[in-house]
Amino acid sequence: MVRARTRTQEASTTKILKKEVLAPGIKRFELDAPEVARKAKPGQFVVLRIHEQGERIPLTIGDIRAEEGVVVIVFMEVGKTTRQLGTLEQGDEIADFIGPLGRPSEIEDYGTVVCVAGGVGTPEIYPIARALKQAGNKVISILGFRSKDLRMMEEEMKAVSDELIVTTDDGSYGTKGFVTDALKSVIERGEKLDKVFAVGPVIMMKMVSKTTEPHGISTLVSLNPIMVDATGMCGVCRVTVGGEMKLACVDGPEFDGHQVDFDELMTRLKVYLTEEKQSLEAYEQRRTEHQGGCGCCGSKEVKDA
Amino acid sequence: MPKPSPTKTPMREQDPEARGKNFDEVPHGYSLEEAKAEAKRCLQCKKPSCVNGCPVQVDIPGFVKEIAEGNLWEAITVMKRTNVLPAICGRVCPQETQCEGLCVLGKKMEPVAVGNLERFIADWEAEQAECVMCEKLPATGKKVAVVGAGPAGLTVAGDCIKFGHEVTIFEALHAPGGVLAYGIPEFRLPKSIVKREVDFVQEMGAKLRCNYVVGMTKTVEELLEEFDAVFIGSGAGRPWFMGLPGENSLGVYSANEYLTRSNLMKAYLFPEYDTPIVRGKHVATIGGGNVAMDSARTALRLGAEESIIVYRRSRQEMPARAAEIHHAEEEGIRFEFLTNPVKYIANDDGWVTELECLRMELGEPDASGRRRPVPIEGSEFRIPVDTVVVAIGNSPNPLIPQTTPGLEVSKRGTIVVDEATGRTSKQGVFAGGDIVTGAATVILAMGAGRTAANSINEYLKTGEW
Repeated sequence: MVRARTRTQEASTTKILKKEVLAPGIKRFELDAPEVARKAKPGQFVVLRIHEQGERIPLTIGDIRAEEGVVVIVFMEVGKTTRQLGTLEQGDEIADFIGPLGRPSEIEDYGTVVCVAGGVGTPEIYPIARALKQAGNKVISILGFRSKDLRMMEEEMKAVSDELIVTTDDGSYGTKGFVTDALKSVIERGEKLDKVFAVGPVIMMKMVSKTTEPHGISTLVSLNPIMVDATGMCGVCRVTVGGEMKLACVDGPEFDGHQVDFDELMTRLKVYLTEEKQSLEAYEQRRTEHQGGCGCCGSKEVKDA
Repeated sequence: MPKPSPTKTPMREQDPEARGKNFDEVPHGYSLEEAKAEAKRCLQCKKPSCVNGCPVQVDIPGFVKEIAEGNLWEAITVMKRTNVLPAICGRVCPQETQCEGLCVLGKKMEPVAVGNLERFIADWEAEQAECVMCEKLPATGKKVAVVGAGPAGLTVAGDCIKFGHEVTIFEALHAPGGVLAYGIPEFRLPKSIVKREVDFVQEMGAKLRCNYVVGMTKTVEELLEEFDAVFIGSGAGRPWFMGLPGENSLGVYSANEYLTRSNLMKAYLFPEYDTPIVRGKHVATIGGGNVAMDSARTALRLGAEESIIVYRRSRQEMPARAAEIHHAEEEGIRFEFLTNPVKYIANDDGWVTELECLRMELGEPDASGRRRPVPIEGSEFRIPVDTVVVAIGNSPNPLIPQTTPGLEVSKRGTIVVDEATGRTSKQGVFAGGDIVTGAATVILAMGAGRTAANSINEYLKTGEW
């Protein structure tokens, strides 16, 4: 039976329902992703790829509204992909959106917990803090920002915390200093702390773990190594935890902060520094040179211009 | 009948030096005349042994005869009765140990080039405006979920569609093909061909959902609420490392990562494509299988001045396909046989600079029947490197076993099945391919898919488990 070819390809793009700028260079998307929303739990992450030539990047889930089928992501514009992501607007579509991935945070009634977040880690710790609160914990939240202008989600975090401490590096808002300074003072109050959750830059999570270790306070950190498939296949996200090799994508992303080799992780995050710089520079140059309208770049690029 | 030529009709190839610098496919394929000449070498045995060597039982003398007579539509029709992925099989099957290994001609001369002919007929069809559709049985109303759009899953999908069932394929990555997409490089299996074969399965009626991680987005149990049967072909996963000091240094890749970046993410086209890859000048690949050959040859094409295979046994024991070893040698890949890495040396920035190895000698045969490599004491030496690819195999992906209660899993993490039927310990759930066998070949996965599809059909007809 010979017959003409009929090709059908089901599109499976993911729509941006709402876009917000939380702070300079930090953007928040609400995405129409019912299948991901249905299963996602605090602490898990997604992988996205903006378009056909794009790379796959992992992003921690910022919030989940299962009934509405909405998944929230928050990202800081650092490299080419996140900058380009930031140019998308409400109604635009992302080519690939995969999740939920990774193991969820272990939410239970520990007693008193401290949720520590730095910068863009704040939206990521928000669903964890909320779940911990709902589970019956007393939640003390410590949020750290570089300065007043960069702070975010204070109201939301206040609503799910029994106590909220905000620090800024330059003292322009809240307490001057780092989250670890605030954490130290909470520890020194003598209250029994049963668990610490830390999400943020690697150096912050390292310092938080160093702060809690001498006090024997169990500390979970959410690691953010480079990933490709993020389903346990490629091994690029390997981290050393307690002397053993773990894959952050399927064994994590949360691990015991007292066992993690943070220095190795920081080194491994630098592997593509040269390429990342090259990619970003080429992208920025294209954006400035290219004002659109000439039609040479196709419709997708016009938006970037 | 004239006596057949003692050698295969050669297939024209890109010049080794030129091809080491591009990702274009190495062999050019047969012309119609070449294909006919080769097909005429076939003795048309009454009891063909070649078919017994084929995991999906392609009617080899049947399609070869049609080529010899120039009946190309008939040839592709015969082929597609048993194999929906001929363009892929013609390129990646280890024919020397299967059909061609059993060819009667092969006893005295070179066997019929079955793989080349298979590739020819598939590529010929692709150039036509129309294609052969397989006959479908009347719709049964039964629904089959296929997990993984790799060789096993695509075979199950194609077969189940022919049986009249509705099929949905769930793929975790953003593109279908499994190892055909992320693992096997463009120069060995162009991605346009993978797309063509996947398109065909869709044209037959299978639905494809990419970006769908079964085990996470939906569990197998949830699939069973919607589907009458589930086939798991989720493939090999977690890469093995050797556990050596310095293995997490920058520049040390698993083959899965190296090849996924280059093939699936098209990092060889960076920065046109956003995914980067290290373009090492001195690259060592550890291992002796097809994946090692693919990695070493990819490194060469990414600009390596020196691409070395480090293998702990000798050439004889290498598991790679003969054609791959031959191509690698032609392209100037250096082989360090009887050599086993013991540690990585890195610089202050964390980048790998040297691979320390031990020389080995062959001792008594081990469980695999191959002579066991034994280290020669004091033979340490270092290979200067800036990139190392670890291609020593992988264990099955744990996502589905971990999230499917009642699914029996072996100590190695593979799903346990009844070999004759592909049935797992869980009713309605079948499995095949690397998730069952551990890392193996494309055609073995397809063979397992064929077996599973037949028993899925049986189960859906009778309801008996």
